[in-house]
Parts: sequence; structure tokens; C-alpha cells
Amino acid sequence: MSATIYKHEFRTHLRSVINWSVALILIILIYAYFFATFSEQAAVLNDALKNFPPQLRAAFGLDKVDMSTVLGYFSFIFMFVQLCIAIQASYYGFGLVSIEEAELTADFLLSKPVSRTQVLTSKLLAAISSLLITDLVVWVTSYISIAIFSAGHEYDARTFILLQLSILIFQLFFLGVGLVISLLVRRVRSVTPYALGLGFGAYVLNAFSGMLGDVKLELITPFKHFDTAYIVKTGGYDTPLVLLNVAVILVAVAASYWLYIRRDIPSVS
Amino acid sequence: MSIIEVTNLTKFYGKSRGIIDVSFAEEEGEIFGFIGPNGAGKSTTIRLLLSLIHPTSGSAKVFGKDVTRYGPELRRDIGYLPSEVYYYEGMKVIDLLKYSASFYDRDCTQRIKDLSDLMELELNRRISDLSYGNKKKVGIVQGLLHSPKLLFLDEPTAGLDPLMQRKFFNLIREENARGVTVFFSSHILGEVQRLCTRVGIIREGKIVEISNIRALQQNNYKKVRVTAEGLDPAAFELPGVTNMQTEDGTLNFFFKGDVNAVLQKISALQVEDVSIEEPTLEEIFMHYYE
Repeated sequence: MSATIYKHEFRTHLRSVINWSVALILIILIYAYFFATFSEQAAVLNDALKNFPPQLRAAFGLDKVDMSTVLGYFSFIFMFVQLCIAIQASYYGFGLVSIEEAELTADFLLSKPVSRTQVLTSKLLAAISSLLITDLVVWVTSYISIAIFSAGHEYDARTFILLQLSILIFQLFFLGVGLVISLLVRRVRSVTPYALGLGFGAYVLNAFSGMLGDVKLELITPFKHFDTAYIVKTGGYDTPLVLLNVAVILVAVAASYWLYIRRDIPSVS
Repeated sequence: MSIIEVTNLTKFYGKSRGIIDVSFAEEEGEIFGFIGPNGAGKSTTIRLLLSLIHPTSGSAKVFGKDVTRYGPELRRDIGYLPSEVYYYEGMKVIDLLKYSASFYDRDCTQRIKDLSDLMELELNRRISDLSYGNKKKVGIVQGLLHSPKLLFLDEPTAGLDPLMQRKFFNLIREENARGVTVFFSSHILGEVQRLCTRVGIIREGKIVEISNIRALQQNNYKKVRVTAEGLDPAAFELPGVTNMQTEDGTLNFFFKGDVNAVLQKISALQVEDVSIEEPTLEEIFMHYYE
């Protein structure tokens, strides 16, 4: 770990952290604002939802939860929070070493007296710190919005906290998997399509899993591992799936170190 | 002790050739010129020595230690000026230089000031606003600010105007006088001739010659030019004669060997004009490439 690289990396992420934080605050507050209306009209709404095609309801996770309860409604909001976090973490993962290589500053950095391990560790920690700041913003905003907009409805605080904490491991998946993919492909020219692909892809895989029939493809996506509706419904995590998630993260990060230490840094030719 | 010691170093990028079986050594305090056209493997060699890329086979040592194993430790005393300079576009020059200095455990503030004064580099400009030549200056200051013991210069003069080139050469000579070993890669022979004591010539990934510059010029080849009536090129088909060209009754060729053999042939002719001189490095170089 090199404090110098960490600081530099962290500063590089700062603007993106602010942008994502503002977006997330808006998403949470705006959706939470409508909760009062939802809960009052719960009966009407649930009737209306029944007329929707089941696939559509499944796609938005509306088949599993009762939108008239605080947590039921919040699990719906949190799915969008997860989607944003997934894209943000994927972006950091894919960009971690590839941006320097694409902009050809990697030669500058790696000709300094630092090891590849130090470089990768510093970069990973800076990205994780940036994600943690985003998490804090999400947590504080969620807490405030629920305090303001729950309108006296009861909810289980423990489940709420479990739901909030789920993004911690959730985002590491996208960071780690993004990183290892970026090291496996020859050259990442632009990070955005990769990040959107991984983030949305994982979301869609879970959302439309019902349509794929018996193929259990959704088991590989963190949106399933940390299914907000499941957490709210059962008041806990799906332990085997969370363990699977953690295993994927560990393998991805270990493989990333292995690949990065052996990597030939590309140059213009 | 050799500062750089390269033994049978080979690098392939997948199937495409980087360098093949390169071996050479550079002694302390030398300015070693590394000459070759674009794509010959000059940058590949330097990037291997900095362990930016890893060898396919063979080994390289800097300061007596293997570059792959001791890379971070060795790079404390290495300065590198890449051929293409790319820095963090959003940063200011001074911030980049401070970032660069923060990797070394010594205070580089005064040195940054001295070097940027010398190279007339404005410290408060944004990297993205700099011209290629100015970026090159950033590269020079960045490569020298920690007072390295070994300098890798990869085509360093591209983009610098002649005045700056001269300042830069003086700077390199001063560094060298202080004991800094310089590895100077270039395809411009004039500058190598001005600066280097020894040269290695690389062609299509392979070293074709390593020699003292003086030796290369004096002992190896003579450039012979004979103008005479009834000149018969065939008469000069001696061992050691190369690059023979006839032009309007004038015969040009390179000769390596006992010069008396040529003189005997010439003395048999009714000569109008004759010259025997040392070829420029440029001519030697072209000779290696044809």
C-alpha cells in the first residue's frame, strides 16, 4: 500500500463519488416522497398491479412484496439504489488499471519505485473508500427519508439495517469482477460500456429470471444474492447465495493480483 | 560492476517479435547509445529493464540485481524519460511533479525548481494545455528530479527545439559528469555521436553491433572515393569492400581491412581525384541496415 497512490486515486474518484451521491439522494428522496400516497391507496394499487402482466411485476420485484408497508416499499426503492451502486462499482472495477493504460499514464506510475502489488492494493483501497462514502450517503439519506415519509407506519429496524448493509458486499462483487474482466480482455478502450453492461446485465439477469424458465442463471448475479424483496420478506440474507457471492469476490480479486503482477503494460507502438 | 547487464534477453508479444537474444553490458558512468529504426526493439528493451513488461526468456540485471525480482527497489535510483510522454491531463505541472517526487524518500523541491528553470518549464500550467515539446520538458524534469543514478532516455529530443536540445544535452553531460550512467536510445545518429561513448545497434530485434564510437568510425570502415579514367569497378572487388556504387566515373565504396590493398589498386590507375575518409555514423548505420 502506497499512501501517495491512494491519495491520488481517491482524489480522482472524488467527482464521481459526488455525482453518484447526488443521484442516489434524489432517487431515494423522490421515491420515498410518494410512499404516503402509495400506502393510502394500497388496496387500489395492489388491485391495479394484479392487472399487470406477471412478467412485468416480476421484473420490478412487485410480485413478492407488499408495497403498502414501509419496508416493502423501501425494498422497491433499494433495487434502484443497488442498480446505481452496481454501475458505480463496476465503473471503478473496470477503470482501476485500464484507464491508466488507455491514457498511457501507467508507464509513469509503474516506473516509480512501487511494486505492482502496492499499486493494485492502493487503487483497490481508494476505490473501496470511495464506495464507502457513497454507502454512507445512501444510509443517511435512507434513514432520513424513512423518518420523514413513513408517516408513523411501523417497520422492523433490524431488517432495515440488514437491507442497508447488503450493499457493502454487493458492490465488492462488481468492483472485483469488473477488475478481473478488465485484466482478462486485451485492452479496455472505454470503461462506460463495460460498466453499464455488467451492472445492467446483472440486474436484468435477476429481473427477468422468470422468463428464462428453469435455467437458474440468476444464481450468478448479486441482485439475486442480495434480493431486496427476499431480505424484507424473510428478515435475513440467503446465506448460501451470500457465501457464493463472497467466494466470487475472493476468486476475482486473487486472480486480479495474479494477472496484474504478470501483466505486460501496453504502450503505443 | 556493470550498471546494466542484459543476458540473452528475449521478448515476444504473443507471436510478434519484440527483441531476440539481446545481450550487452553498460559500465558505470557510461553514456551508452542504443540505435535502431522505429520498431527495432529499443523501447521494448528499456521497458523490460524497468519491468513494465516481462521477458519471455533471458535475464536483465540493473545495479547487479535482477530487474524482475528487485524492480521496486531498483527503480528508486532510475530515472525514465519515455519516448511518448503521457501524464494525467487534469493535473497542473507542479502537482504532477510533486506527485512524482512523493514516490522518493528525499526532498526534491529545490531540484524541481532548478530543472524547470533550466528547461523553461512553466509550473502552473495544466498538462492538457501543454504542447508536445512542453510535455517532453515535463518528462525530463520528472525523470531527473530524484537525482537518479541511472537514466533511461527513450528518444528524448523529439519535440524539443534545437536550443532546448542543446540545453538538454548539456544537462545530460553534467549529470554524467556527476557519475550518472545514461542509456540513450535514439534513431538520430548525430545526437548519439555527440553524446555517447559506446553504441549498440539493434535491428529487427537483434543486436548487430556493439562498439566504441571511435572504434566504429576509425578502425572499422573507410569511405573510399575514386575518380579515374577507365575505371573498372571489378578491379576493386576485394574482400572487405561493400556498398560499391559507380556514378559518372566515380567509384564509392566502404572498405574494412588493410588499407594498403586498396591503395595498390588505386596506384595502378591514372587517378583524377581520390579521398579516403572516416564515414559518418549515419553512413555506418545505413550500412548495417541494408
